[in-house]
Amino acid sequence: MTDVSKTLDASGLACPMPIVRTRQAIDRLDVGQVLEVISTDRGSLQDIPAWAETIGHKLLDKRETSGRYTFLIEKAVG
Amino acid sequence: MSDTENRMTIICWSGDLDRVWPQYILATTGASYGMQVTLFCTFWGLFPLKRPEVKITGDNWMTKMLGVANNERLSHLNFGGMGPMMMRTIAGRHNVAPPEELRDIALELGVKLAPCQMTMDLMGLTRDDLIDGIEEPLGAAAAMANMQRSSINLFI
Repeated sequence: MTDVSKTLDASGLACPMPIVRTRQAIDRLDVGQVLEVISTDRGSLQDIPAWAETIGHKLLDKRETSGRYTFLIEKAVG
Repeated sequence: MSDTENRMTIICWSGDLDRVWPQYILATTGASYGMQVTLFCTFWGLFPLKRPEVKITGDNWMTKMLGVANNERLSHLNFGGMGPMMMRTIAGRHNVAPPEELRDIALELGVKLAPCQMTMDLMGLTRDDLIDGIEEPLGAAAAMANMQRSSINLFI
């Protein structure tokens, strides 16, 4: 079980806010800590992995359960 | 990322609601990537930087005509001004943040909003007519200096 340092509930937010809030949340973590993001925006399925990969953060998990998308992102760069 | 790769410049030429929206969506997204984002707001794209209470009045019939741009519009399906209201309502139902909110978030994220000095002169606007928190007015050369250092340059 991954140790989650912080959970961001971005449910109900539409593009581009899940990414904006994810960025702000991860800025407040230390390298190595894990952010859990919950989103209901279907675009997040592509957006969050693309964002994490481009910045260099590790996407540990991506899950979909009845219209809710959950991501685990490990902060890998400062 | 190098300094150049990490910059984005958007030339905001249009004040149409359906173009202002993507201007700010891309600006806030760029800032979320850690990019230094500059919006150069020129021609109709300057209008969203006006304080809401400031209207273009003009001092002759030609500059008075520019006052039509005081009214919000869409580039397509404007329906005589009903279009923007409809789009705002529909967007609200889908929880899409209105452009004003995205603009405030952009400023919070450090996005630079730069008004075009020449457009301000044409429209009879001074720095006091524009919202707080934006950059000093600049011209094409300063905008292009930014573009030369940007990996993403857009004209919207």
